[in-house]
Amino acid sequence: MTSVPSKLYSDDVSLVVVLLDTNPFFWTASSSLPFSQFLSHVMAFVNSILLLNQLNQVVVIASGYNTCDYIYDSSSDASQLGPENGKMPSLYSNLLQKLEDFMIKDEKLGKDQSQRAIKSSLLSGSMSMALCYIQRVFRSGPFHPQPRILCLQGSPDGPEQYVAVMNAIFSAQRSMVPIDSCYVGAHNSAFLQQASYITGGVYVKPQHLDGLFQYLTTVFATDLHSRSFIQLPRPAGVDFRASCFCHKTTIDMGYICSVCLSIFCNHHKKCSTCGSVFGQAQSDTSSASDLKRKAPET
Amino acid sequence: MANNIAEKRRQQEEDDEEEDGDLDGWGERNYADERSWEALQEDESGLLRPLDNKAMYHAQYRRRLRSLSTASNSQRIQKGLIRFLYIVLDLSRAASVMDFRPSRMAVVAKNVEAFIREFFDQNPLSQIALVIIKDGVAYSLTDLGGSPESHVKALMAKLECSGDSSLQNALELVHEYLDQIPSYGNREVLILYSALTTCDPGDIMETIQKCKKSKMRCSVIGLSAEMFICKHLCQETGGLYSVALDESHFKELIMEHAPPPPAIAEFAIANLIKMGFPQRAAEGSISICSCHKECKVGEGYICPRCKARVCELPTECRICGLTLVSSPHLARSYHHLFPITPFDEVTPSRQNEPHRRSQKTCFGCQQGLVNPGNKPSLHVTCPKCKQYFCLDCDIYIHESLHNCPGCESLRAS
Repeated sequence: MTSVPSKLYSDDVSLVVVLLDTNPFFWTASSSLPFSQFLSHVMAFVNSILLLNQLNQVVVIASGYNTCDYIYDSSSDASQLGPENGKMPSLYSNLLQKLEDFMIKDEKLGKDQSQRAIKSSLLSGSMSMALCYIQRVFRSGPFHPQPRILCLQGSPDGPEQYVAVMNAIFSAQRSMVPIDSCYVGAHNSAFLQQASYITGGVYVKPQHLDGLFQYLTTVFATDLHSRSFIQLPRPAGVDFRASCFCHKTTIDMGYICSVCLSIFCNHHKKCSTCGSVFGQAQSDTSSASDLKRKAPET
Repeated sequence: MANNIAEKRRQQEEDDEEEDGDLDGWGERNYADERSWEALQEDESGLLRPLDNKAMYHAQYRRRLRSLSTASNSQRIQKGLIRFLYIVLDLSRAASVMDFRPSRMAVVAKNVEAFIREFFDQNPLSQIALVIIKDGVAYSLTDLGGSPESHVKALMAKLECSGDSSLQNALELVHEYLDQIPSYGNREVLILYSALTTCDPGDIMETIQKCKKSKMRCSVIGLSAEMFICKHLCQETGGLYSVALDESHFKELIMEHAPPPPAIAEFAIANLIKMGFPQRAAEGSISICSCHKECKVGEGYICPRCKARVCELPTECRICGLTLVSSPHLARSYHHLFPITPFDEVTPSRQNEPHRRSQKTCFGCQQGLVNPGNKPSLHVTCPKCKQYFCLDCDIYIHESLHNCPGCESLRAS
């Protein structure tokens, strides 16, 4: 792997990778903020980032219910550098067209599935794609825009994505890419809270969705360099609870397999992940020490 | 107008970049590498150009990946993830030998520092302690602990060498400490041995048997030559024995010990450990912490069982004794358990199939997979989701991300 170039290139040029939640199950149920309105807020926001600095770059990745895809990349759009030719609004016909294609593809892929128990969108997929894209930017040389990820999420967390989302978060942390998140759903998202906390990003759950654009511009439009000078919303209390491997429910106390660190919500005889058998002491000395160790806990 | 200026600026930047790259390359080759001619090759027209390292690096990386995946090919992966590791540094007079520059001791210290950081990144619930052999005796430099900074600081403060080296004394000392840790932990010793002799007070064979009996996995990295006693120790206790050829080889060898070793059933006894996942207290909340017995504002964690406040994770609750961790601590190790399959290289014949030619960009980063001359460059494909990836993404995905973007963006039915 090529080494990550020095981050000392302090500039206010940013690359914002926006992860757009397009989960139809969430947006049809959301009454306070229809998708069209949400989209117009987001488009105005994307526009304003591009206007803040000529070299700013925006990439939009849609995370749908069945698939994820890139739907907009300002660097591949040649006309975007000419603000005087009056083409600004038509930039987004491109985005809307791709978004529509994506939604149709997403719907088609979901046709053959009847069970609709899970209502989450594929956050892990879009996060992984965003990180791959950012690595490519890092590889491009010592002069590159400062990347960050912005998750615009509304659907609830998908517990089955826990491991993948955490892997993505740690990878982002290692390459010092902050993950900002703006959650428009009903309850707080534990995944996004952790993502923003671990990577040093900002987590916001807007109180008034009508003013979404204002939240976006005041909090998420500032580049990483300027962030140190302004007062950003601070975390109100991060949910560090894990979800257990057996029922995928969020727990605050549980049992950990000492061999593989799998989390279970109740006592099992055998670990379903690694196959270790528990509670069977293999020698007398160790069982004695087990008892001693367990005594103060139980 | 603005357009033109921007265009010019970009071009200029690109030019600068190229120059910078070349200069850096030359600088390194001129000063760091004595055999600079080995890094050159001749192209078709007889011009000299730097070796194309990319393909070579990738081949190397793939070999490593394959060896790793075959080693853990059994469908259920067992790894010893809760490790208690003693690092034994030989600071006898042999450590001052200058065959490694500036000296063996300096090289060992530098790499141990890097190793400690890497170790805690990969094993957040594990603990390290440092032991030093000097003047024929072994003494403990730091006790088992989970903070990389304190170990590194202690190590750097005590860097001088003298006297003989004694393997038996070191093993006896470590054995005494490791015998006390709970049975679910993996007991490991990593000895960095510079000397060619060992000056022991008693029968070292007895000590080795004692170590074997208490299930300590002893590994040795030698800095001079292979020694029978070290080899014997490693064979008996199930560890790895290797001898470093040069500094980069030594670094490679020591880093091999950072990922958790496969758990051997008889070594650590599987157990369910009850743990709590505390929530972070809200900013500005005032409470008395149970660890310092002081009144503190915000920045704490609340034990889910007894609601006591603790300052740092991972720890054990002072009030109810529950082990408190945060889920990210555990999640850091999960990629060891759910590794992603190595990607297959795409052979030219398969590229020629018409239905496969449609995808011309890397699924991860959208980079074109076609060279300027419309010649498809080397790329890989995931055997599960059949998406194509470029070589850079391949390495990033397997070494850092541990997620396949293609598989993650498909709903598993």
